[in-house]
Amino acid sequence: MAESQAPTAAAGKAEPNHAVRIASIWLVLAIVADLLIYFVWQPHLPPGRMSDNARGQQFDITVMAVLCAPVLLGVWTYFGYALVNWRRRAGDTEDGPPIEGNGKVQAAWITVTSLIVLSLAAFGTYELIVPAGAGGGEGPVPIWKPSGVVTTAAWTPGSTHTLVVQAIGQQWNWTYRFPQFGGMETTGLELPINTPVEFHVTSLDVIHSFWAYQLGVKADANPGVDNVAFVKPLQLGQFVVRCNELCGIWHGAMFDYGNVVTASQFQSWATSIQTKERANGTLAALPPYATTYDPTEISQLGQAWAKLGIVGAGGYYYPGPQTGTPGDPVSP
Amino acid sequence: MAIEIEPEKAQGPSGPVHAAPGNSKPWWARPAVHTGLIGAVIGYIIGHWLGNLISPATAGVSSFSTGLSDVRNWPLVLGYVFGTIGWLAGLGVFNDLGRLMLGKPLPDAEHAPAGGVAKYFRYTLDHKVVGIQYLFGMTTYFLTGGLFAMAIRTELLSPTYHVLNASQYLMVVGEHSTMMMMMMSSVVLGPFGQFFAPLMIGSKRMAFPRIEALAFWLTPAAYVILLSGILLGGFPTGWTGYEPLATQAGPGMDTYALAFGLMGISLILAGFNLIVTYINYRAPGMRWSRLPMFVWSMFTVSFLQVLSVPVLVAGLYMMLMDRTAQTAFFTNQLGGSSYLWEDVFWFFGHPEVYILALPGFGVVSEIIPVFTRKPLFGYRVAAAGMIGVSLLSFFVWQHHLFDSGINPDMRPLFMLTTELISIPTGFIYLVAAGTFWKAKITFSVPMLFAIAMYFNFLIGGVSGVFLSDVPADVTEHGSFFVMAHFHYTIMGGLIFAFMAGIYYWLPKMLGVKMNEKLGKWHFWTMFITFNSTFLPLFALGMMGMPRRVFEYQRNLQTLNDWVSISSYLLGVSLLIFLINLIMSTLVWRVKESGNPWRSRGLEWQVSSPPPPENFERVPVVLSHPYLYGVKDAPPVADLNPPVGVVASAYASAGLEA
Amino acid sequence: MSLPARIVTLLVAFAAVVAGAVFLVVNYIASSLPTVHYVASGGVVNVVLQEDPQNNDPSNPDWVSYYVQNPQTKQWVHTTLFSVPKHTRVNVTILGYDGCTPLRNNYWSQVQGTTGSTVTVQQFATVGKPIDSPTTTKMINSWSNCAVAHTFAIPSMHLFVPVPSPNTALFNKDACGVSPCTSGPHSQETFSFMSPDHAGYWRWQCFIPCGGGFLDGNGGPMQTIGYMTGEMEVSA
Repeated sequence: MAESQAPTAAAGKAEPNHAVRIASIWLVLAIVADLLIYFVWQPHLPPGRMSDNARGQQFDITVMAVLCAPVLLGVWTYFGYALVNWRRRAGDTEDGPPIEGNGKVQAAWITVTSLIVLSLAAFGTYELIVPAGAGGGEGPVPIWKPSGVVTTAAWTPGSTHTLVVQAIGQQWNWTYRFPQFGGMETTGLELPINTPVEFHVTSLDVIHSFWAYQLGVKADANPGVDNVAFVKPLQLGQFVVRCNELCGIWHGAMFDYGNVVTASQFQSWATSIQTKERANGTLAALPPYATTYDPTEISQLGQAWAKLGIVGAGGYYYPGPQTGTPGDPVSP
Repeated sequence: MAIEIEPEKAQGPSGPVHAAPGNSKPWWARPAVHTGLIGAVIGYIIGHWLGNLISPATAGVSSFSTGLSDVRNWPLVLGYVFGTIGWLAGLGVFNDLGRLMLGKPLPDAEHAPAGGVAKYFRYTLDHKVVGIQYLFGMTTYFLTGGLFAMAIRTELLSPTYHVLNASQYLMVVGEHSTMMMMMMSSVVLGPFGQFFAPLMIGSKRMAFPRIEALAFWLTPAAYVILLSGILLGGFPTGWTGYEPLATQAGPGMDTYALAFGLMGISLILAGFNLIVTYINYRAPGMRWSRLPMFVWSMFTVSFLQVLSVPVLVAGLYMMLMDRTAQTAFFTNQLGGSSYLWEDVFWFFGHPEVYILALPGFGVVSEIIPVFTRKPLFGYRVAAAGMIGVSLLSFFVWQHHLFDSGINPDMRPLFMLTTELISIPTGFIYLVAAGTFWKAKITFSVPMLFAIAMYFNFLIGGVSGVFLSDVPADVTEHGSFFVMAHFHYTIMGGLIFAFMAGIYYWLPKMLGVKMNEKLGKWHFWTMFITFNSTFLPLFALGMMGMPRRVFEYQRNLQTLNDWVSISSYLLGVSLLIFLINLIMSTLVWRVKESGNPWRSRGLEWQVSSPPPPENFERVPVVLSHPYLYGVKDAPPVADLNPPVGVVASAYASAGLEA
Repeated sequence: MSLPARIVTLLVAFAAVVAGAVFLVVNYIASSLPTVHYVASGGVVNVVLQEDPQNNDPSNPDWVSYYVQNPQTKQWVHTTLFSVPKHTRVNVTILGYDGCTPLRNNYWSQVQGTTGSTVTVQQFATVGKPIDSPTTTKMINSWSNCAVAHTFAIPSMHLFVPVPSPNTALFNKDACGVSPCTSGPHSQETFSFMSPDHAGYWRWQCFIPCGGGFLDGNGGPMQTIGYMTGEMEVSA
């Protein structure tokens, strides 16, 4: 307040150098804020440190915060200073100084913002490509893959081989298939620690989105589309899986929990389910493992429709003018 | 420049105004809202009958062989389409068209604004009447959407117990979001854009007054159709209408597609009318370099609407075909694509969010020079910023689909374009910063709202940078973080600018002042409760709460309750605004006829409310609208140029331009 | 306009808004469904449901639907909301009057989450006339011999139960055509589970694509509370 009265009180004196004042306030605030963000806040920033993706995203969010905090503080400091110091005094009907522009200021602003923006884009691109898609869905043929991973027909603990997990969205539950365990299907999700995991996300009906929050994985599930995402869990513990795309009435209830466990625990969990499903006939009743499940291409489903007595057009899951025997793929 | 060869001549909406023979009819025999409603009912009955006629077999068919979507959509869709046509016909929208086809003269008197309030309930061709119709229409739509928002927050008070059941919750979410995103697209372009477009450029009229009035009268139809979705069980998709869920949904989905489509047509019409007006109806001397910033924002927004909204309307048409005629544009298994809708929708949807943001920039850029008593700093930068934002907005839509698996190799490109758009957006802050430098700031209510707009939009914009980064977006996408982000840009930006505009321009539009004391109460409560409502949502999103869910983790309850209580207080704040608006305009009516803000804007140089044809004679614009503090600055315009001077001024301006 | 006229206009507009709001609220209340409350006796709750190929609601008479039996009056209530006490053994009986539909994902043929991961099934020609003896099974394959009509699932409890369809020959001959069904060929399935330890709402649903006429069979009754999906309220 004392500051704000200075110009009127000391009318004869030279005006203070506002730019220097603002810049110094800003510099102090910005340095303090950035140090706090980087060293104090970073370890607690979401989505945590449970997987390689989560750590990468946490680092990205930190870098963004470190860059954006000075921008926010700069604008706030400037406008705060302006609102305090450059108010109209009572009875003053004069207009302000007629400054219509300043080439240097404008050029400097454009240069600085462009530099920030371009470096952010370069940083983001690096952070996307190098950690193999950063946990986001990469479509059926991922172009950025983790280096040096091997996928084998069977998975055994102790190896560095990739575990393939298919996440199937359906209204309104996630199920998971494990092609390396006989194509068994589960409603629960356990993952072995320190193992590269390859998610194949697809849907049986509408669009869902597979979001394993603590793992930093998010991939949309589109019907008839295989959407691949990679992750390597690095900490034991529980994670939450939520559907992240509005998928109908129970979208809000479409969540469950998964666990990152040791490799041997995972092995015994998976084989026990495989044994159970083989014993009660579930494994034999499932269609062969595939990246997508177009109902017109699953022969057992077509046969089930035929048994219902509905053949021809009705012998298909989807109605239409198709002809042929049930179970045949739709001819375009 | 203006295409009128003799701009001094009167420019009534349809040429010279004739005597008024049409007023002899009694009020109920002349087309207005009541005849429109009768037309709507008749149209709906005809359409419903026709729909039943062409629907296959009887109602109640349910077997897989009947199609992808419930065939009972036909009567509803055709009922609404014909009902809308009946509504417009009843309002008299097609009367002049009929007269032209029959070779009869056009009776302008029917449209000449009569005294009293009746003109606000008719198909009136005066842009000032349309502006006020929009003002009250948009306020109604906004408050309706706000009530739905409070219903959402009520449900989210508890992570497990439910006030609304799952489908009612989705219905309320869909109604709130669609109401806000589609009806609110015109919240500034409607009231202020229509009212001030001709006034600010020195024109006596809009280019296409009939289209302008039509654009407004489509909005009540859209509003009623959208709300009727409640009676049909709502729609489960939110405002994004993702396929194939939309094909699967019940009849409420048709209300979404039809209402959004009607509103889209309204936006296209309003947009191209403004473009033509700005290009062709500027007064002599109103060069592009003297155009007020608000006009620049309306001009760029209009281009966005004309270029992006048709894509949406086409998409909605495909959706309706999927739902009625059993086409399969969006069904993957039948050769369609769920990605197609995502692409089509966001190709509209991203320009749409700038359709919502740019008018806000325009309003605040118009207001800050007046209350800092300084010229707008970097006028060209401001205009370039708006043009840059509108151009780039067409190249960023896939950032909504970073995790969808579509074009994964394009993500770096869309990350770049998304981040680039913050450069022209930053120009708006450069302009504000320069304008505030050593200014003489008056904290009037419009200025307070303008400052708050800069504050809120900055948070919205910076959070947008977080979202543009693909790895960070993997966590943030589809979460409450996104929701907080766009509420900061739209509500914190556009709605605060809208409020600034109301307090600033209402004396001009209606000749009455808003109560200042209530205005300050409104501002401070709204500013505090808005931030208290939406700031915690960033944290909720980061902590893993997705959008549009009615159940969430128990550890997030405290924050959610805080947000819900804040949202009720925000509702109270808006109630203060509503009381102020209604009491000030209808009951207290404190007259304000002059130029209370000492603005140089051309619109403030005429009396308040402006005379029927805005200007007695077409003015000659002499200088820039923001020359505050400039010694010996010429007046902004000569409002009463001698006869003949305009023609030569026009010629010289034409040569210069 | 004069001041009184303006005030009258205001009051009329206000009354119109209030009337609209009242209409919507009345509509909302009228559309809300009753909840059937089950109370424990001897530490056990007996929940009885039936699945019909049609229903008696005039708005969507052709939609498949669940009915819940009121434990006191034994009347069938057209709702899918019921409440059970927490931490109690719940014995469920489902009477299946609807014909079979193949599952979209045959994984749901497996019984999960019930006591012993089994269900007990018996077929009836009509009420009171069994045609076989009860059998206990862990899986009812819906694809191999179209035997499943619907499923009863409470996903957040990991409870997934396929519900068998009636004998196909009998069903084709004289399926129940008037709801709620009191006669006609049906299956009877029983299973048990422990209700959750804390109060709240637990959604339950069906995984069979039985919303005929809607994309993927998952629209209409599948997404409408009161038909093929609902909520189990766990009371304290």
